[in-house]
Amino acid sequence: MAQPRVLVVGGGLAGLAATMRLAELGVNVDLVSLVPVKRSHSVCAQGGINSVNALTRQQGDSEWKHLDDTVYGGDFLQHQPPVKEMADWGPKIIDLMDRLGVPFNRTSEGFRDQRRFGGTLYKRTAFAGATTGQQLLYALDEQVRRWEVEGKVKKWEFWDFLGPVLDEAGRCCGAVCQDLVTMQFKAFAADAVVLATGGNGLIYGRSTMSMVCTGSAVSRAYQAGACYGNGEFIQVHPTAIPGADKLRLMSESARGEGGRVWVPRKPQDQRDPRSIPEAERSYFLEERYPKYGNLVPRDIATREIFDICTTDGLSVEKDRLCVYLDLTHIPKETLDRKLGGILEIYEKFQGVDPRVTPMKIFPAVHYSMGGLWVDYQKSASGGLLEGSLRNQQTSLPGLYAIGECDYQYHGANRLGANSLLSCIFSGLFVAPTLANVCGASAKAAGDHTRLFDAEIRRHEERHRELLARTAGDENPYTLHQELGNLMTRVATVVRRNDQLTHAYDEVCRMAERWKRCAVSDTGNWTNQNVVFTKALGDMFPIAKLILKGALLRDECRGAHFKPAFSMPGLTATDPEGKRSEAEQWCDAFEANTRKWLKSTIATCGPNGDPEISYQDIDTSLIPPRPRLYGLVGGDAIEEAWKDRAAKAAGQAAGKGQPAGAGA
Amino acid sequence: MIKAADSAADLVHGAGGDDHGAARSVVRVRVLRQDVAGGESYWERFEVSYEPNMNVISVLQKIAAQARSQDGRKVAPVAWDCNCLEEVCGSCTMLINGRTRMACSALVDRLQAESGDEIELRPMSKFPVVRDLVVDRRRLFRGLEKVKAWVPVEGSYDLGPGPRISPEEQEDAYPLSECMSCGCCLEACPQYTKVEAVRRDDESEADFEKRRKSAFDTGFVGAHAISQAVLFNAHPTGRMIADERMEALTRQGGIQMCGNAQNCVAVCPKRIPLTRSIARAGRAATVWALKKLFDR
Repeated sequence: MAQPRVLVVGGGLAGLAATMRLAELGVNVDLVSLVPVKRSHSVCAQGGINSVNALTRQQGDSEWKHLDDTVYGGDFLQHQPPVKEMADWGPKIIDLMDRLGVPFNRTSEGFRDQRRFGGTLYKRTAFAGATTGQQLLYALDEQVRRWEVEGKVKKWEFWDFLGPVLDEAGRCCGAVCQDLVTMQFKAFAADAVVLATGGNGLIYGRSTMSMVCTGSAVSRAYQAGACYGNGEFIQVHPTAIPGADKLRLMSESARGEGGRVWVPRKPQDQRDPRSIPEAERSYFLEERYPKYGNLVPRDIATREIFDICTTDGLSVEKDRLCVYLDLTHIPKETLDRKLGGILEIYEKFQGVDPRVTPMKIFPAVHYSMGGLWVDYQKSASGGLLEGSLRNQQTSLPGLYAIGECDYQYHGANRLGANSLLSCIFSGLFVAPTLANVCGASAKAAGDHTRLFDAEIRRHEERHRELLARTAGDENPYTLHQELGNLMTRVATVVRRNDQLTHAYDEVCRMAERWKRCAVSDTGNWTNQNVVFTKALGDMFPIAKLILKGALLRDECRGAHFKPAFSMPGLTATDPEGKRSEAEQWCDAFEANTRKWLKSTIATCGPNGDPEISYQDIDTSLIPPRPRLYGLVGGDAIEEAWKDRAAKAAGQAAGKGQPAGAGA
Repeated sequence: MIKAADSAADLVHGAGGDDHGAARSVVRVRVLRQDVAGGESYWERFEVSYEPNMNVISVLQKIAAQARSQDGRKVAPVAWDCNCLEEVCGSCTMLINGRTRMACSALVDRLQAESGDEIELRPMSKFPVVRDLVVDRRRLFRGLEKVKAWVPVEGSYDLGPGPRISPEEQEDAYPLSECMSCGCCLEACPQYTKVEAVRRDDESEADFEKRRKSAFDTGFVGAHAISQAVLFNAHPTGRMIADERMEALTRQGGIQMCGNAQNCVAVCPKRIPLTRSIARAGRAATVWALKKLFDR
């Protein structure tokens, strides 16, 4: 019998964590990546990684509160058992990364230092300067290199995943990939395949994501039958640096370390920002959200920045929307020690020193909360059953997904510094599952040689067909720009049904136009042109499911904001009127929860058009409650809601107060 | 309270940047191209429209989109490596106006100021060219294997936190740990010379792999790997295999090959104190050699 073998696609944090643990469990790993794994997009993560720690614990923090912040911040759209398991694993994951040599910033006593991130009141975030993702990735890269030397891991860098191979029973038994240098095809036989291929920001043209984040691998799995969850939930990060080729991230840690967002009260005040007196500045986040201040969850900060520029007309510049992110009140020495990496990026690309002059920033597409639908098995304690074959398995048996490319952990909005945790967690956690799959399939494995040959031929055919398209009148790069502009306009911060309907039709037309794309390189050696054209073709099915999901979801939840369906705050000022409005508000909230607290599930139909269905969410640990950050009349609503929750708790005989009522 | 807002999309992320240099309308580039590994190289000129604040990546993106040379011929787009575009992944190293650097942080305005009208792009010269500006940097990662650039932990089970580390130690280690394996230090090093292994017809892939690795190991390991050895030898757990790293650094291709040209530190985009690392490794190598002598 052949040795157990798993194919890991993608070598960012999730893929490397899975690879490391699999090797440790005695499973051989083929690790396929578009780029040398050390250059994966995880390096761009800046701010840090969350977990409960010794200090926050003594301030009343717990794994349960981390779970609560995560699901409240995510507007309750995620199944709670996986999130609970992730929060429970937090402390030991940080300890592990610490042991692997990640140079976390230290306190004067030599313990790990922590800072505060959005959507929480605790300092949960461990960090290594402002390049935490890079440092975590390197630590895992080093361990995987060790296993490579031992012969347990074989890396296939500069290889493109073209699609899973399914046997007669519909089980994934491997994949076909392509060498991006020689353009040769190869089938990888595997007991299980795990996708760890990250987000799909390039569907929006320019974003904070790296150039490999086309979402093509996920799209190919989706087109082969895997379901996609919550596609319409795309995180737009509040603070990025606009650029012609890319929108570079300015980490939330800039605000975590005391950075303040403001605009001049006078529209387009031309004065040097440093000379504008305090009284003539609007620190609008602090004014509107006194409790969280500049550290409200990302969806809210993004909408406020967008709103102050578009509705209130207070953009710092006239021709280009932006607000100030100000660090100049913080000592230079502190800035260099804690934020050096990101300040250098700003300085290098903008030519302005952010230690001296406030930065100009604006929101940008940043993270895909949605992704491949994956399963889990709940444990008796409300978390997950480790090693279950169901954990992280897509709707195609034998095909698994982890990291940003699964839909599981962040609901309608991800909290800052939770992504590094979810990536490493899902990577480590899936390994025993895959090892068990190997054990189970060792008995069942058949000979798939013929199947693989047929699949290779199918992909070769498609490739040849593309290379032969030299006469088309469409340019893949300009078509990509068009797609990006359209998606950015209609499916980011503010969404309207008329625009979404129109955009869907437009994307269908673009998908047709793609068939007329001419390749300008017909060679068979490092042909980046044809690889990009292929990836572009695979963006359309995902763009469609994002638009369709957004169109159908007539509500506001987390990153998905439709003004036509927003629930405004209270207008009454007298206590009685307030109370009665609050009761009505709570009624409407409950009705909306019944209707829309569901995962969006897309399956790929003919022509790459999605079929959308909905799935109930496991909220057994923390009952959903209104997300009230800063809403006018929020106090009254919270009071009314607590009374209801108390009543409901009273009715549930013998049970204690549900944890959901407080915040 | 959030109000409805019009999506003023045209204004969102419009061509960013400051206004200086807006008078220029085109950017001229000459690229040293090569169609296949081992093939002939040749120059080709391109012209793309100028935008304020653009970098070499945007220039190459435009070249890919137009796929035409300056004289209007249809040509294959220039191949190049890139990923993060914010100088943290290490992909896009090339020779820009003769200097090794990252294409993403090379801004056109500054390049034109330093060299006049035309920008010159060449692939790195110390690594085999794959195509155009794409080179094969596997030798660089082999260097990390050679010096065992990792902390030798006993597996990933939960065994509590890592060792306590003072802020001073952390601040010492962190810059070294920012090395993104871009290869600038190797390109600039006079002692680092190109090693190009070609697979023989009668050779299996595994045999070729082996032969290539040993060919890599005969050449100088370079500043980046020496600095990583220093990083891990300073870590409380990492130093438990310090001797193995010293063994690697004193073998063929080791630190003795450094000619102290100090180019590495001058070109490092992350300003890593590479010469300090080399000095530390040099001292440690001397101590280690003496120790080995007396332990015999």
